[in-house]
Amino acid sequence: MRRISTWILSTLSITVLLFGYHTSTSGSATTAAETVISSSTSGSSTTTASGSGGNGNRNGSASGTGRSSNATSATTVTGSVVNTRYGPVQVAITTNGSAITDVSVLQYPHSNGQDAQINGYALPVLIQSTMAAQNANVDMVSGATFTSMGYRQSLQSALDQVGL
Amino acid sequence: MGPVVRRSEHVMGMPISLALRGGHCDDDAAASAWDEAMATLRDVDRVFSTYRDDSFVSRLGRGEISVADCPPEVAEVLALGEVARLLSHGAFDVRRPGTDGRMVLDPSGVVKGWAVERAARPLRGLADTDFCLSAGGDMVCHVADPDAPAWRVGIEDPADPSRLVAVVPVRHGAVATSGTAHRGEHVVDARTGAAPQGIASVTVVGDDLTWADIDATAAFALGREALGWLTTSSGRSGLVVWSDGTAETFGRPRG
Repeated sequence: MRRISTWILSTLSITVLLFGYHTSTSGSATTAAETVISSSTSGSSTTTASGSGGNGNRNGSASGTGRSSNATSATTVTGSVVNTRYGPVQVAITTNGSAITDVSVLQYPHSNGQDAQINGYALPVLIQSTMAAQNANVDMVSGATFTSMGYRQSLQSALDQVGL
Repeated sequence: MGPVVRRSEHVMGMPISLALRGGHCDDDAAASAWDEAMATLRDVDRVFSTYRDDSFVSRLGRGEISVADCPPEVAEVLALGEVARLLSHGAFDVRRPGTDGRMVLDPSGVVKGWAVERAARPLRGLADTDFCLSAGGDMVCHVADPDAPAWRVGIEDPADPSRLVAVVPVRHGAVATSGTAHRGEHVVDARTGAAPQGIASVTVVGDDLTWADIDATAAFALGREALGWLTTSSGRSGLVVWSDGTAETFGRPRG
């Protein structure tokens, strides 16, 4: 018995992940983070607090050995403005040296004008028998086992060999 | 449609598989795009690998350098991890207790999907060409010709990698699966440090592999709460396979 219920999505909204979540930081940061595609230009930083006079070391001057003074200072790093297919995005992150204590979004697109890039997809269709699985005629396999060990026994491995 | 041309390679400790069909499926442009995609993944590995002592992330995790000393992509990925932690109510976290009790920085759960989205960029530049790029079982799919069929993506049975539990057609989007099978229990609920219970795998189909991968991992970490959490948001679909072998699909239109 197959459950064949498919539907095609007709809209694309970059705020999709916001539903059901109420943290303003998470909401806006989601929007920005999922659309940040590259950060090729250098950003800037400000040291907002410091223990024992630590600096932000933004220029990479910190020694690679031992703990830098950043371990006890809160540092905010502002990423560069990145132009994504959805519009400009900019994120700032505050760390205390080893953990991120805050993420804020300085700039993100408001437009939903990317509907031209509609991603239509359907519900998975369950396969009930081994026979069906073998005859499923798939192009690619999604699974959690594909380390070197799992891959060798997988259908994906068989598919790749067919094409070589 | 013409034949599907395939390529594969091992990068970042996992198999990378590419299927191409149409215009530039088997020419110099295809070869060049593939080389560029693999170079992107190797670059990501050099920065983010937790298996390399000299990667930026390894040095960051040991407290030798700060986020500001790393390439800007590190801050970007850590921001994604932070968002994922908030969205999953803490079940997903790039920082977790290590075996010695110290906090370990491991953004691998965020890096993979994000990296493959980047690696797919040169493939999008191949005119009139459909591609499906998979890294370790998570993939980005694109169909250029509106009349061409969708890619058919099989979802592996977490109990048996030679079998499938479902098939999903994907034209433009991503498919990510998180689970325990054959890798040991590598995903833990960061709130408890324990492996999630009752769940065998989560597959998420979405627009973008960065978020499909994060969602699949976060949902898996939630264990029995996975399906309820996944259905709180529209615009994604997928499948949950429970430990008893039963499977349930989910998804509703965006809005």
